[in-house]
Amino acid sequence: MSSAYLPVLMLFGVSVLNAVGMVVASQVLNPRRATPEKDMPYESGMIPLGDTRARFSVKFYMVAISFIIFDLEAIFLIPWAVEMRALGWGGFVAVSIFMMVLVVGFVYEWKKGGLDWE
Amino acid sequence: MELEFTSRVDYIWALLPEIVLSIGAMVVLLVGVFREADDDPAAGDASPLGWISLIALAAAAMANGWLTGIPVASASPMVAVDPFRLFANWIFLGGAGLTILLSFPYVTRQRLQAGEFYTLILLCTVGMMFMASARDLLLLFLGVETMSIAAYVLTAFNRRDRRSSEAGLKYFLLGAFSSAFLLYGIALTWGATGTTNLLEIGEAVAGGAAVPGLIMAGMGLLAIGFAFKVAAVPFHMWTPDVYEGAPTPSTAFMAATVKAASFVAFARLFMEAFPALYDSWSTVFWWLAALTMIIPNVVALSQSNVKRMLAYSSIAHGGYLLVALTAANEMATAGLLFYLLVYSIMNIGALAVVMVASGHAEERLQIGDYAGFGWAQPMLGVVFTIFLLSLAGFPGTGGFMAKIYLLQGAAESELWTLAVVLALATVVSYYYYLRVAWYMWMRPAAPDLTHEEVWVPLPMRMGLVASAAILIFLGIFPGGIIDLARAATHGFFLAGVLP
Repeated sequence: MSSAYLPVLMLFGVSVLNAVGMVVASQVLNPRRATPEKDMPYESGMIPLGDTRARFSVKFYMVAISFIIFDLEAIFLIPWAVEMRALGWGGFVAVSIFMMVLVVGFVYEWKKGGLDWE
Repeated sequence: MELEFTSRVDYIWALLPEIVLSIGAMVVLLVGVFREADDDPAAGDASPLGWISLIALAAAAMANGWLTGIPVASASPMVAVDPFRLFANWIFLGGAGLTILLSFPYVTRQRLQAGEFYTLILLCTVGMMFMASARDLLLLFLGVETMSIAAYVLTAFNRRDRRSSEAGLKYFLLGAFSSAFLLYGIALTWGATGTTNLLEIGEAVAGGAAVPGLIMAGMGLLAIGFAFKVAAVPFHMWTPDVYEGAPTPSTAFMAATVKAASFVAFARLFMEAFPALYDSWSTVFWWLAALTMIIPNVVALSQSNVKRMLAYSSIAHGGYLLVALTAANEMATAGLLFYLLVYSIMNIGALAVVMVASGHAEERLQIGDYAGFGWAQPMLGVVFTIFLLSLAGFPGTGGFMAKIYLLQGAAESELWTLAVVLALATVVSYYYYLRVAWYMWMRPAAPDLTHEEVWVPLPMRMGLVASAAILIFLGIFPGGIIDLARAATHGFFLAGVLP
């Protein structure tokens, strides 16, 4: 059983080494000439103003939460689509029920005004 | 018809109560949001949605009753269709129905969103029913999460009230923490036995096939996770704050039904999966039970806030129920089911009276606010006194018989010390329950208290009187229900493993 997971472990090891290696290499190799401009926090070439912990509208959370729901839908639907023939009608019915539950949630969100930006 | 679990359709029949209730919950959600969107002038009134929820619960109860008569040819690997589950389902459905019936005036008065509120109660109940039926650790975890997430939202439901938000956040953080314990315990148990099926785990443990260290660690983590969920001392710290801050119907629902579901799943998990390790876990449960009976009862003595006092009382009742888990014999398990039934009725009833008596912004929760309440509102005063007496375990009420059955179960397993602690803790608890009754009847009301403004609509009145009547009936004629509870434990134990 453990040999089946060996490629995963190798992939994991290579990606960790790669990431650590890049950070270490850039620290070791880059020339450092500090100027006041370089020491400033980067903000799209602008001079930074104020605190980063600004309050922002709850609307963005609504978008984020809606995104997560439909993202999860994709997570369930894609594996089903890949194995659709093997799962047969039972799988189709199960996925349809899942979609219906999702539609109920979608109707609720729509009616509640969760999709209105203003 | 017979359930054989050879085709997938049999699973639909086996899960019919859960399916019916889920559909009902979605209907309530949609009806609620459409009423709101239409600017219905009556949209503020919670009772129509409440009645739809009650119909959904009744339909699920009918499905549950139908399932009781269906013979099961072979055990399903995932879902148990046994009398234990079906009896537990009655408790959950009854508790949810009583909470909804008694919450109409509160939801309307506090302008809570009735559609969402009742939907969450129904979905929480679906989670509980899955917990009672789960014969697989993953399904069990799914049920726990369905129940808990709905309960977190129910706690934080009154968003105009800061106490409610604070309670919701506390409950969510500690609940997520305990879920992590539970999940790690599931992972280790799987690692030790190679299966997540409770019966197969039981066989692996009994047959010595489980890795000894891992299975003990997994079982310990599962016990910690459930000890959080049932609020056993020393994992109870979140309970008083959460129960005090939550909207009162949510408190009633959590303290009674959510706790009942956690105990039912706790019992099934340890009695089906770990009976061979009884000697190890019973020692741990012994201490949990003793601490959970002693500490909250002592702390409750000094509470001046009635809602907080009832929160401590619910922790203490968890201690009495842990005695049944420690004893783990047939009598104790039947006693556990009987106790959960009685406890749900009396706790929801008591909190329902607190709900209407506490005033518009839940400001009148101190014990002094109950002075003269009984004479101003005789009907509420009498039923509240009955609920308090039953919670205390006064002879002639259901609470007394429930404690007697627990003591009998403890005696059969020769847990003499625990039985003595249970009796003494009950005597201590008389003081703080009866103090409220004494204030209600024996103290004159302060001139600025206006108990006359309490609004109790007819359905709620009927629900309260029926609950009180059931408690007295169960106190005098408990025979029928305890026989049902005893029958519900048949076939629940692996033969010859438990003492």
